Amino acid sequence: MPRLRISLTINGEPRETDVWGGESLLYALRERLDLPGSKNACEQGECGSCSVLLDGVLVCSCLVLAAQADSHEVTTVEGLGAADDLHRVQEAFVAAGAVQCGFCTPGLVVATADLLERVPAPSDDEIREALSGNLCRCTGYQKIFDAVRLAAGIDA
Amino acid sequence: MSATRPKIKARPPTRPRLGKIGESVPRSDGTPKVMGEFAYASDLHAADMLWGHTLRSPHAHARIAEIDISQAVGMPGVHAVLTHADVPGRKTYGLEFTDQPVLAIDRVRYFGEPVAVVAAEHPEQARRAAEAIRVVYELLEPVADPERATEMEPLHPDRPTMGHGYRDDPRSNVVRHMVIRHGDPETAGDVTVDGVYEVGSQDQAFLGPESGLAIPDGEGGVDIYVATQWLHVDRDQVAPCLGLTVEQVRVHLAGVGGAFGGREDLSMQIHGALLALHTNRPVKFVYNREESFTGHVHRHPAKIWCEHRATRDGRITCVRMRILLDGGAYASSSTTVTSNAASFALGPYRVDNALIESTSVYTNNPPCGAMRGFGAVQTCFAAEAQMDRLAAELGIDPVELRLLNALAPGDYLPTGQLIDGALPTAEVIRRAAALEPPAPEGFPRDPIRLPGGAGNTTRGAGVHRGVGFAVGFKNICYSEGFDDSCAARVQLYADGSATVHCAATEVGQGVTDVILQVARTELGTDRITLAPHTTATVGSAGSASASRLTWMVSGAVRDACRAALEEQERREGGEVDVERVHHHRPTTPLDPETGQITGERAHVALAVAAMRAVVEVDIDLGLTRVVWVGTAQDVGKAINPQAVHGQIEGGTAQGLGLALMEEIQTRDGRIVNASFTDYLIPTALDMPPVTVVLVEDPEPDAPYGAKGVGEPPAIVSVAAIAAAVRDATGRALTRVPIRADDICL
Amino acid sequence: MEVLTPRSLDDALRLKAELPAARFVQGGTDVLVELNFDRSRPAALINLNEVAELRGFLRENGALVLGSGLTYAELMQPELATALPALAEASRTVGSPQIRNRGTIGGNLGTASPAGDALPPLLVESAQVEIASVRGRRALPLAEFLVGPKRNALEPDELVVSIRISPSGSRQTFMKVGPRNAMVIAVCSLALSVDRERGELRAAFGSAGPVTGLVTAPLDEAERFPAAVAAAASPIDDVRGTAAYRRHALRVLTGRALERCLA
Repeated sequence: MPRLRISLTINGEPRETDVWGGESLLYALRERLDLPGSKNACEQGECGSCSVLLDGVLVCSCLVLAAQADSHEVTTVEGLGAADDLHRVQEAFVAAGAVQCGFCTPGLVVATADLLERVPAPSDDEIREALSGNLCRCTGYQKIFDAVRLAAGIDA
Repeated sequence: MSATRPKIKARPPTRPRLGKIGESVPRSDGTPKVMGEFAYASDLHAADMLWGHTLRSPHAHARIAEIDISQAVGMPGVHAVLTHADVPGRKTYGLEFTDQPVLAIDRVRYFGEPVAVVAAEHPEQARRAAEAIRVVYELLEPVADPERATEMEPLHPDRPTMGHGYRDDPRSNVVRHMVIRHGDPETAGDVTVDGVYEVGSQDQAFLGPESGLAIPDGEGGVDIYVATQWLHVDRDQVAPCLGLTVEQVRVHLAGVGGAFGGREDLSMQIHGALLALHTNRPVKFVYNREESFTGHVHRHPAKIWCEHRATRDGRITCVRMRILLDGGAYASSSTTVTSNAASFALGPYRVDNALIESTSVYTNNPPCGAMRGFGAVQTCFAAEAQMDRLAAELGIDPVELRLLNALAPGDYLPTGQLIDGALPTAEVIRRAAALEPPAPEGFPRDPIRLPGGAGNTTRGAGVHRGVGFAVGFKNICYSEGFDDSCAARVQLYADGSATVHCAATEVGQGVTDVILQVARTELGTDRITLAPHTTATVGSAGSASASRLTWMVSGAVRDACRAALEEQERREGGEVDVERVHHHRPTTPLDPETGQITGERAHVALAVAAMRAVVEVDIDLGLTRVVWVGTAQDVGKAINPQAVHGQIEGGTAQGLGLALMEEIQTRDGRIVNASFTDYLIPTALDMPPVTVVLVEDPEPDAPYGAKGVGEPPAIVSVAAIAAAVRDATGRALTRVPIRADDICL
Repeated sequence: MEVLTPRSLDDALRLKAELPAARFVQGGTDVLVELNFDRSRPAALINLNEVAELRGFLRENGALVLGSGLTYAELMQPELATALPALAEASRTVGSPQIRNRGTIGGNLGTASPAGDALPPLLVESAQVEIASVRGRRALPLAEFLVGPKRNALEPDELVVSIRISPSGSRQTFMKVGPRNAMVIAVCSLALSVDRERGELRAAFGSAGPVTGLVTAPLDEAERFPAAVAAAASPIDDVRGTAAYRRHALRVLTGRALERCLA
């Protein structure tokens, strides 16, 4: 299969991989770069499970060609925190019970981190609108909203 | 390929946290999940791995004249192209009846039915090879209308569900037909209300698509790592088709991205194993979203005819209901859904006389099977609409009417079963009715807090508020004589720490923490490790379904822990290793002709929930926003209250979806909305705040008094939200999902 | 499948002239769905992300020139939202925040779906589509650019580089009907402006005909306008809604939009 080589910065580290031209950034992260944290739930931009930051902008990695990420910076859920040093959003998701099956969680964690970066104390409406592109099938969203408020230090 | 097993990425260890029964415990898998390190089935990777791909039927009904794989086999990167001819063992499988071909043989019966499988080095190579397979189909007229199915040519002339103790129905395409005759169904009432209700087909729409990895063991056997709901029943279906013994097939739980019934039936398990054994390489399957919609069963679409009779003062005297369920192309669990729909058709009300007829049929529509609520969702929607009609006809408050007829311990189900466990129907009704919804909000407001949401379609024009109330119930655990059990194994070490083995599938519901909480409580230590969920080291846990797992796992782990402690004490220390199998109290089948119990009970226990819902509807555009939901649910005992709340909120969201937006649409059997673009599930802007009251009335027979909690919210919310939309619009709205057309045209 | 990444507009146009079967990809929100679901396998992909000329917007003699690589999120920013309020409202209804960060106005034109959310506001504002190829440049009114469902007037070697609008400054709004409260493809949509300068009511509807349609009427015909817009549409029954509903909804939306814009 035809291959092209891409070089990019992922979670602060320079990385290189061969890709096939038709592959998405999501596929390259998951299958070629050993970063399966971004999830493959719909691959059509309808669920947000694959959310990453591309040059600091929240995007669905399933809708970015791997080749388009060449020479760019990507932050994935794996880059947000470590087991002994969770990002405050990650900590809040665990504490609030915002995780069930967890397949939507990495995307929601990235989207929430992005929201709080831009809007440190979002209103409930802002939270709902900012997360409206991240589908969750298990929780009914209530505990996710709790987690966002918890991470932002907002009293519910 | 050597006999050594390629390294699988390890699942992060499940670390115990403090927390015993009754305490809100943060999930032990929470940290790996928020870090993106939890290994779901689609994340698995093995050295030398090939990618599997499935060629599926583009037709709902056709005869296969020819399958020519010659062009595909030699394509770049392709290692195997297999058809039904390559299935070495039994050619068919099924959850309850083996009526479904592993790969289509001479006929396809539904759109998306697997016809051939391919293994290649890259998924694109596998796709191109599948495209190069030439299949000659001779199109047949699809049986698309379930109401006409019994007059059409049989799709399964050998009638696979006959001879299993069900009522014999000579009509063609009947999966199961049952009748429950209770008291005198000719009993009259002072008033009669009737109605015909329809429920569309709902998809489980779990976010983690069907995925798995099959690895040959080098000795003729295979290990399958898969997202499933029941490891042992997968194994028992896979092995005969491969021509292997069950010992040669080991099924291991990979991370599961939601299930909701949709992973009860097999997806890639046999296909992956076939390709792995054929190529002697690990083979991974990951369905895409479109394939996922055809790759699992759905909730049965239903049509329900009802007649309710009552006295002038509001006592129900007689109910007559006829239920038709479209089972689709294969049986799956349709027979049990048929029975469940009938068993709970009346709602949690005292009814002395009833005639309930419930039928499922084969069609060429997508196969239907298990989904959260399992038959009770459909009939609750119909029965609760009838209760509101009755209340209106009688001029009685709908909540009062429900209280007046509320079922309680000491009463009988229409199957003749005495309710001898906990069933606080009146209590959940009172508690839910007492919840105060938020005061109506004025205008203007941001459009995202209005019906139509982000679409900016109103600033308040056309918006009417409505309030609905509903009650729903269903059984907990398996029924009708199924020998339901759950095994747990405890290795208790000399230092007091322990390893617990249980094959119960963690599908997101939190059973992992139930296991740990019970073990901590029983063993009095936090030093507990949960072994991987697998068929290889412990007996069957049964399925993650029927709201049964909390009960069954609690019993099994409790029994095994206590036995281990006793054994250790008997031996005066040292390491002990014991396995215990927990059974709930036995049930027996229903009489095939009368639908009455043949022993003491057909169902083990019941759980009930009541819900009040407030909606705002733009009656000119037919758009809805659910404003608030308040619910009271009978949970027996909440083992982990935070997780119980999460189940109730999540179940409510799924019910909201069915009430307002979710439906698998078909044209002549073909699914036309197999994507998250056109099959819509609720977003963060669709879900309202949910006020939850847990009613703890311990179930006498259940370990720790706990009932499963997953299904009741998905049952009652459909009816409650539909009632609220009726209240806002004044329309009958006899069908869910409620479409904009139904409201404003 | 090759991916070519030109660094300038000239390079992009040259590549497309050499490989007319290649497909441009900018935000990827349409193209990647086709690739991921095996619906299209173009000979090559031309990645426009590195072509700086397609980014941003500029003002030229009172007109706004919107680069085809402008994202919906950028269209929602205050400066553009003030000049083109209906387009900003439409952008807020597009997909999710992730899609709005990535999807572009040029992509909406390239796909030319009757459901394209940016199209009705652009039509109401008489947008001109500026097109380039190695052969030169040309401009087309949007109404002429949209030639059919998912068909536009581009030749195989051409690319939309910008959209030119002289903002009318009129009261305007955008509304979109979908079966849930976020992330929907339009069942139908409407942009409407009350253009007092031209003395015109202008409405454009989406998802209610093979192409986005424009309906105009004199200012004093507001009362008859909702029926006129509904009558001008030629909706069909499909998986997202019925023709009857779409026509009905357009009538309701037009009435409400007039109320907003005449208030």
